[in-house]
Amino acid sequence: MSASEARKGVREISPLDVYTLLPRTNCGKCGESNCMAFATKLVNREVALELCNPLIEEDKYKSQYAKLRDLLAPPIKEVVIGVGEGAVKVGGKLVMYRHELTYTNPTPIAIDITDEMLEDEMLKRLEKINGLAYTYIGRTIRLDMVAIRSTSNDPAKFKSVVQKVASVTKLPLILCTFNPDIMRAGLEVVYDRRPLIYAATEHNWRQMADLALMYNCPLAVFAPNNIGLLKSLTNTLLEYGVEGLLMDPGTFPEEGIADTLTNFTMIRRSACKFGDNLLGFPLIGVPMTAWSIKDAPKEVLHWKEACLAAMLIVRYADLLIMHSLEGWALLPNLILRANIYTDPRKPVAVEPGLRVFGSPDENSPVLVTSNYALTFFTVQSDIESAGISCYLIVVDSEGYAVESAVAGRKMTAQTIADALKSSGVEGKVRHRLLIIPGLAARLSGEIEEITGWKVLVGPRDSSFIQAFLKENWPPKSS
Amino acid sequence: MSKEKKEETEEGALIKISPKLLDLLREFGEIELEDVEIEAEELEIWVPAVTAVAPPAAAPPRIVPAKPVEVMRAEFKPPIQTYQGRIVEVKLGATRSEGGTREKVIKVGGEAAPAFYLFEENPPNPPVISADVFDMEVPLPKAIKMHVQEVIGDPAAWAKLAVDKFGADLVTVHLVSTDPLRRDAPPSEAAKTIENVLQAVKVPIIVGGSGDPKKDAEVFKRAAEVAHGERVMLSSVTLDMAEAGLLGDIAKAAKEHGHVVLAFTAIDLNQAKELNRKLYDYLPRDSIIMDLTTAALGYGLEYSFTVHERARLAALAGDPELQHPTSSGTTNAWAAREAWLKLGSEWEPRELRGPLWETITALTLLLAGVDMFMMMHPAAIHTVKEVIGNLYKRGGAKPEGISDWVSIKI
Repeated sequence: MSASEARKGVREISPLDVYTLLPRTNCGKCGESNCMAFATKLVNREVALELCNPLIEEDKYKSQYAKLRDLLAPPIKEVVIGVGEGAVKVGGKLVMYRHELTYTNPTPIAIDITDEMLEDEMLKRLEKINGLAYTYIGRTIRLDMVAIRSTSNDPAKFKSVVQKVASVTKLPLILCTFNPDIMRAGLEVVYDRRPLIYAATEHNWRQMADLALMYNCPLAVFAPNNIGLLKSLTNTLLEYGVEGLLMDPGTFPEEGIADTLTNFTMIRRSACKFGDNLLGFPLIGVPMTAWSIKDAPKEVLHWKEACLAAMLIVRYADLLIMHSLEGWALLPNLILRANIYTDPRKPVAVEPGLRVFGSPDENSPVLVTSNYALTFFTVQSDIESAGISCYLIVVDSEGYAVESAVAGRKMTAQTIADALKSSGVEGKVRHRLLIIPGLAARLSGEIEEITGWKVLVGPRDSSFIQAFLKENWPPKSS
Repeated sequence: MSKEKKEETEEGALIKISPKLLDLLREFGEIELEDVEIEAEELEIWVPAVTAVAPPAAAPPRIVPAKPVEVMRAEFKPPIQTYQGRIVEVKLGATRSEGGTREKVIKVGGEAAPAFYLFEENPPNPPVISADVFDMEVPLPKAIKMHVQEVIGDPAAWAKLAVDKFGADLVTVHLVSTDPLRRDAPPSEAAKTIENVLQAVKVPIIVGGSGDPKKDAEVFKRAAEVAHGERVMLSSVTLDMAEAGLLGDIAKAAKEHGHVVLAFTAIDLNQAKELNRKLYDYLPRDSIIMDLTTAALGYGLEYSFTVHERARLAALAGDPELQHPTSSGTTNAWAAREAWLKLGSEWEPRELRGPLWETITALTLLLAGVDMFMMMHPAAIHTVKEVIGNLYKRGGAKPEGISDWVSIKI
């Protein structure tokens, strides 16, 4: 069938492919000066096709609009779970490797709840899921979803727990059971929240498909370690009329890691590089299968689940279902996800130059840092929370953190000297003392030679700036 | 898939047939380009990708298909690709018969597919872990210090601990005491340290400098002499050394005494290639490993991940200057404050958070193609070794073990 025919890879679309299908009137309604410029931005995924008003509103462009949508559609379908502001978009990947363009829709992490938990325990868990937050590069990172599992095998019990959970959290939900009767019971009370139905299998696919169609909810397909079956099921379900599909090829802990990663990799390559539309759906990873490992202490299970999750974030999972709610185990993965989904086309850098904190005077300290966004925000937050009045010179280190910038010669005595000069701080303070990051200590001699300023080597981490200044400022000799 | 959808796709396939040049030029005649500045060169680049617009096909009457009642089988074939290039294999250490005194040698590299694309190949050599050993007291996070407390200041004992207890495949002796900004210890003292470590352990070793190009050049030359025939790795050589005219002497010493060098560049493939080209003047390709820089999780790991992924894909696509195994300074993970700082009770204990930070930094790069990890925390070393072992167990998935994960009781 045509679906399995190779379509043009996202990277192979040229602006002219797109331009040909646009109105070509250069009307400028999209905000670009001409259609070619708009086409170029479309290919780079910098604008939405819907910004072209005529294309959408005028009947004569109807078929061109449809063709453009098809041409620009990502090889991995985007599926929405949930409704309104709380909805999460899953999948929608345009490329296999992040350097080919960028990854879209950071992997949401769902945490599980069962229908046999004591109410107290469940509420505590939900409170933690809702509340867990960490500030990273000026953003707050959080958990994203709740997965409710039926362990009781009792429709009434499942229904009441689903209802309870829905009343306590606004996060999108995943209903987990292979029993269609139990699924129906859960859907009856939360279908308007558009939860993800987990999951259709070889055995229950018809009933699950009917539920997905009846309640207009996305549907996960589960075929552990059997991509042929997975593909057959998506094929069947598409034909059946179900559109919002996700795929779970199975997450196997321990000696199953090899097969797990191989399956994820084969599926993603088939969809992105071999044009296999039947495998072009978001992938679900379930690191919580680590909790099926027998006879291991709890800490080890938290640890192993986190390791599985990390490998799946790197290898193409578009959604994760996890059990651990331990901050120490979750934090590295929340950060890893933020890292992997950073747009590689945009350097993570802030404007270099002078920053003023508090109300510094002519005796206030002058500090130096790099212009890597994370370094800068961290230093900024440490200075602000300590209530320090000072000058901070942000050196143009081309977006590298201090340690790599020094090693890679992006931050040298000369670049620091130049930044010092152009900051104009010389006219603002009477002293000539420059506090440099501890990780740039080796530059101190050369900085002194070039600038004539005396260098104080500061702490290796900005969390110690306050303690450092307490000890060293005002300087004893001046 | 609905009938309508199918129509669209089939029509789409028609449109995508590559046009002949004449058709193409005809198409150009119809396109208004006056507001667009296109250089002749750019047009040439675009030519192969241009598509012709096909006349819309008349839509046949729409037949509503009956819903399937059985699973409609679709075939799956592993998406196997072929590659022009292969990573060179580099051997570290030498046995008595090879001119050294190691009981064990290590080979890295040799891959002919992206990292752990196990449907294409099992990597011929499993990635290895080198434990970091310092020749003097250095600032260490508490979570690490507690495991090496007793051997600080005694690199030979430290190396032995790392091999015997932590399970390291080899050790890196960081001669930080030679740093002119620290103790400025003479090369002769560093050489003595290397001799001691070579006696204490039977595995191959890596000689780490202080990061001062000039001093490292002296230290490496002495170390290369005393370790003659042992096939150690000198870590690392840089473009700075080339600029200062020091690279040739180090590379010559490595060649003369049968060693390997680690070519360090800062997240820049052009620099990596440039440094390798300079090294080819002195050394065979199988004596060079690349360090493309490891930034910590949360502090630029994505740059490291992508530079390694790109390097490996380019190497396999045939770029000979990138066909070298890679090594990661994974201990850099501890530069992230989240690895060691007290962050509040919901993120504790940091004694677990820290080593997990190092572990996940390593696992991320493992999947980008890194062949060697320089690490510190014993739990991180243990986990990464275990994962590497599991990655060789294709066929190890047990569907019955997870097929009902939904109802497992925890």
